Amino acid sequence: MGEYNKRVLAVASGGGHWDELMLLRPTLQQYQVQYVTTDISLATQHDILTAERLPDCNRNKPLRSLYCGVRAAWLVLKHRPHVVISTGAAPGFMCLVFGRILGARTLWIDSVANGEELSMCGKLSMTIAHQCWVQWEELATGKSSRYFGAVL
Amino acid sequence: MILVTVGTQLGFDRLIEAMDRLAPELGTAVIAQTGKGHYVPQNMEAHEKIEPSRFEPMVKSAEVIVSHAGIGSVLTAARFSKPIVLLPRRASLHEHRNDHQMATVRKLAGRPGILIAQDESELADRIREARALGEAPQTPAPSIQQLHDALAGFIEGRIL
Repeated sequence: MGEYNKRVLAVASGGGHWDELMLLRPTLQQYQVQYVTTDISLATQHDILTAERLPDCNRNKPLRSLYCGVRAAWLVLKHRPHVVISTGAAPGFMCLVFGRILGARTLWIDSVANGEELSMCGKLSMTIAHQCWVQWEELATGKSSRYFGAVL
Repeated sequence: MILVTVGTQLGFDRLIEAMDRLAPELGTAVIAQTGKGHYVPQNMEAHEKIEPSRFEPMVKSAEVIVSHAGIGSVLTAARFSKPIVLLPRRASLHEHRNDHQMATVRKLAGRPGILIAQDESELADRIREARALGEAPQTPAPSIQQLHDALAGFIEGRIL
């Protein structure tokens, strides 16, 4: 299969996470990319009309997180991506978990907002995702969190 | 016009209240996106959430952005070459789950067009300095191309 036919699920919550993902869009759109976000109006603004929605959630909202997890699993099953990437936050992490289970290669890019310590999901992704990248060189710890540049 | 934003998710009454108090002295209109806060501003136009399609033209016509230390705000200000004043949320005041915004301002301090108010008492001075700057030309992140190349490498299975 040609590299450009790779199906990529690219997931980011509204706000800064989505802005960071959009800065990576020129590279993502070389592939068969499916965007997923918590706020569809943000996707529309970038003329992305096929984005899928995930409910926002965090670890303080267990029920909503459960619903988000079910939706995330469904989206991964529906789109069968070869690669799942997320710039955060918790909903994106859930897509990585189900992506990994279903055989996709998974990448967590920790937000540039985390300058001195990785996010909770970032730390978890160091063991759960195939790769975890940080956007500040000082946070890279070798193989488990790597630095390949930053959006800011 | 001065545009105040605390993002679209959490409220940040400390910033909104401080800006409401400052608004009459600024000599220009002040418009705020307040998020889910409780404080009701008296001296400035306030909206809980401004739709992205309306927000961007506002950024474009703003003189200065005053914001929580969120990356979305920083990136937006950079895209439109606007100076931005950042007041970080503090976990000890229940303004966020952790102190990552404190880390953000420590990391971004000194970048062109970015001014830091450690607390609300510094806002007036930082806004004055930001207005004196005028345009704050965007300096693209030198390492973003590296990130693009690495991402392509990951997707194509070249970075293992």
